[in-house]
Amino acid sequence: MSANAAIQSEPPQAEMSAAPILALRNVQRSFGPIQILFDISIELHPGEVHALIGENGAGKSTAMKIMSGYLEASDGEIVLDGQPVTFARSREAEARGVTLIHQEFNLAQLLSVEQNIFLGHELKKGWLLDHATMRAQTRELLDRLETPLDPRAKTADISVPEKQMVEIAKALSRKARVLIMDEPTAALTTRETEVLFRQIDRLKEEGTAILYTSHKLDEVARIADRITVMRDGHIVRTALRGELNEDQMAEAMVGRDLSDMFPPKRPADGAEPVLEVKNFTIGTLVKDVSFTLARGEILGFAGLVGSGRTELMEGLFGVRSSTGSVAINGRPVRIHNAEEAMTAGLVYLPEDRKENGLILTQDMRRNLTLLALKKFSNIVIDRKAEEAALDKAIVEFDIRAPSRDVLVGNMSGGNQQKVLLAKIMLAEPQIVIIDEPTRGIDVGTKQQFYTFIHKLAEAGHSVIVISSEMTEVIGLCDRVCVMRRGRIEGEVTGQEVNEDVIVRLAMGLEKKGNGHD
Amino acid sequence: MAMTDTTSNAPANGKGTGFKFDIQALGPILALVVLIVIGYLLNPDFLASKNITNVLSRSAFIGIMAVGMTFVITAGGLDLSVGSMTAFIAGIMIMVMNALIPALGTGWGVILIGMGTGLMLGAIAGAVNGLLITRMGIEAFIVTLGMMVIFRSLVTWMADGGTISLNFSIGSIYEPVYYGGLFGIRWPIIVFAVVAILGEIAMRHTAYGRHCAAIGSNEQVARYSAVHVKNVRLMTYVVLGILVGLASVLYVPRLGSASNSTGLLWELETIAAVIIGGTLLSGGFGRVWGTVVGVLILGLIDNILNLTDLVSPYLNGAIQGVIIILAVVLQRARKSSR
Repeated sequence: MSANAAIQSEPPQAEMSAAPILALRNVQRSFGPIQILFDISIELHPGEVHALIGENGAGKSTAMKIMSGYLEASDGEIVLDGQPVTFARSREAEARGVTLIHQEFNLAQLLSVEQNIFLGHELKKGWLLDHATMRAQTRELLDRLETPLDPRAKTADISVPEKQMVEIAKALSRKARVLIMDEPTAALTTRETEVLFRQIDRLKEEGTAILYTSHKLDEVARIADRITVMRDGHIVRTALRGELNEDQMAEAMVGRDLSDMFPPKRPADGAEPVLEVKNFTIGTLVKDVSFTLARGEILGFAGLVGSGRTELMEGLFGVRSSTGSVAINGRPVRIHNAEEAMTAGLVYLPEDRKENGLILTQDMRRNLTLLALKKFSNIVIDRKAEEAALDKAIVEFDIRAPSRDVLVGNMSGGNQQKVLLAKIMLAEPQIVIIDEPTRGIDVGTKQQFYTFIHKLAEAGHSVIVISSEMTEVIGLCDRVCVMRRGRIEGEVTGQEVNEDVIVRLAMGLEKKGNGHD
Repeated sequence: MAMTDTTSNAPANGKGTGFKFDIQALGPILALVVLIVIGYLLNPDFLASKNITNVLSRSAFIGIMAVGMTFVITAGGLDLSVGSMTAFIAGIMIMVMNALIPALGTGWGVILIGMGTGLMLGAIAGAVNGLLITRMGIEAFIVTLGMMVIFRSLVTWMADGGTISLNFSIGSIYEPVYYGGLFGIRWPIIVFAVVAILGEIAMRHTAYGRHCAAIGSNEQVARYSAVHVKNVRLMTYVVLGILVGLASVLYVPRLGSASNSTGLLWELETIAAVIIGGTLLSGGFGRVWGTVVGVLILGLIDNILNLTDLVSPYLNGAIQGVIIILAVVLQRARKSSR
């Protein structure tokens, strides 16, 4: 820490002489007795991408909310164009050109894309709305973002990456001078991320100041002109482009060495398949998929968002109707709902923990036992057994919560994910499907999850991991199925499990049979 | 909503909710105590056992239904049809019993068949509501609004615009089911108590209650957690239907008749009791004991207005309305202060 402080005390000012548009000066923030931010100073310069990185809970979101008027600073000042300002609310910040794009979307689900983009800033012709101009501008913005969306499409019906693009379009339409992006690429595929980066470049040229957060350090290394690393509410490092490599960033964030993110790969316990899937089809989303899974294996599923990975797993779990044959331990099974799946020994950890995984308004205990509730209830629920299960889960999965009764919605993303993993493991499954194990969680917790997954396989569970993060699939799995447009485009094993091969398969640049053709 | 800071794991939040939860739990009880004190100060007869018996046995009908309604609302549903369902079931019960007298004579046989008819009809009516809502995917509000109007109209038609009256001699045999009791406690009160206790246990200590709350909080999470969402929902309506049948079984001996005005606005009183008791109208959290307190609050207000001439009893409805809105406002305030 002291070494870092020494580096940080030499403020880099060589090439960045332009005055900042927006700056935080010695900002403090407390929630009740808990201080979240300590003495934060950040400068956003025109035409510069400033990346703010740190683990979940490091205070990034709080800092961003203070910059954009969603929260007030307890102490210190916000300086806009050289003048101290206080934003009474986010609208005031927006009116002055400071826009925050939330990590969780702020879109009205039942309104159209166009209505959302202009929400609160509708263009008018006299008394009436100017639909024609708004539609034309929406088209233009979406074109710019290379997102072929109908402006009239209902927001609820579009995909998650499309929603992210709509959020960005919305910010662009406000002619923001300072754009604050909270993990904009968390839900984007590689291709969409590229589109976003081109837009960021373009905004930079136009002189927009951009604050960017991401857990994807390769992105940060690529686009950031300046990097600020936060840990536990403090700024621990500020660096210019090229001064930090990804490992150094991770180290600064976590405060310890992260050279071994992944435990060593382990082979399956044998060739005997636990799960055999043949000609599995779900409407037009998943077509004729066949694969097998062995005991103790960690099988990866890669592919672009929308390639049918999640749908396939939801079909296997019985929450989508499907055709085709599934056998577990050599015995054919028909699974029509989650309970049948659980009885057959298969559980699924959903991609979206807030929508499908956890009840945010309930405590840990109720969430933990919901799936396997039968185990805890005869006629009435055995409260003691539940508490014991929670005790065990807290230790086993290192769940950190301020108290046992805290609502799950008030816990950090990483801890929520741990509760969710503990929940599905209570069902004592043979087959565990984990969809995006580490979405939106910090580096330190990610590493923990990789260890958990490894331990599950070691204990004889068969694990399927779906992930959009290439490093994750490559680091965890000895065998990877790559999906594209609802089909398994190819399967790679051993040495072939590398980024290049997987990307080529996912993009349809290469075709590969299941090992024999 | 945008303000929810998910990244800050502030322990203050946890403590805050715990503390506020206590106030939330105590609110309705406090209101009840205040009402009792006011009632006693205004008229010492208020606490006489005769008066208490009266209040409780009249509240029992609403109370029995409200316990069922707590589950429906907790699971994210609503049932507007219970008032007219009571009238319809009571009407059919009376007609069945009257029709059976020539064949079976006047005795308990006829009454038992009548009671069975009531419970059965309740279950069927509840199942119709539940199936339309879960299988056809129609909004609970629409389905039960339609059923409310249908039942009301059917009763009017069955009574030909007048009153359906129970045969006098059957009525006098049946009468003790409302007016009689055990150890001086009337049957409706006993039944209400038993239903409430079973309901409380079911809500707090069984998988079924847990599932209702899960569905009301987030249907998708429930589905991914192996909860049979449709079946659990359907069951809430069936159980409520049976409880409406049970309330009718106790109601028929009280007046021995059913008419167009039987059970008028009971659905609103039932829902109001549930909400006053602290159950969330949007679902996800339900409290049976709170519902019981809510029922008592509504019953006592009615009684106090009748016993005193401070405010015209005609204003009873207005006062109830204010209390319902106030209860929700307080819920809302607590929620946002969290």
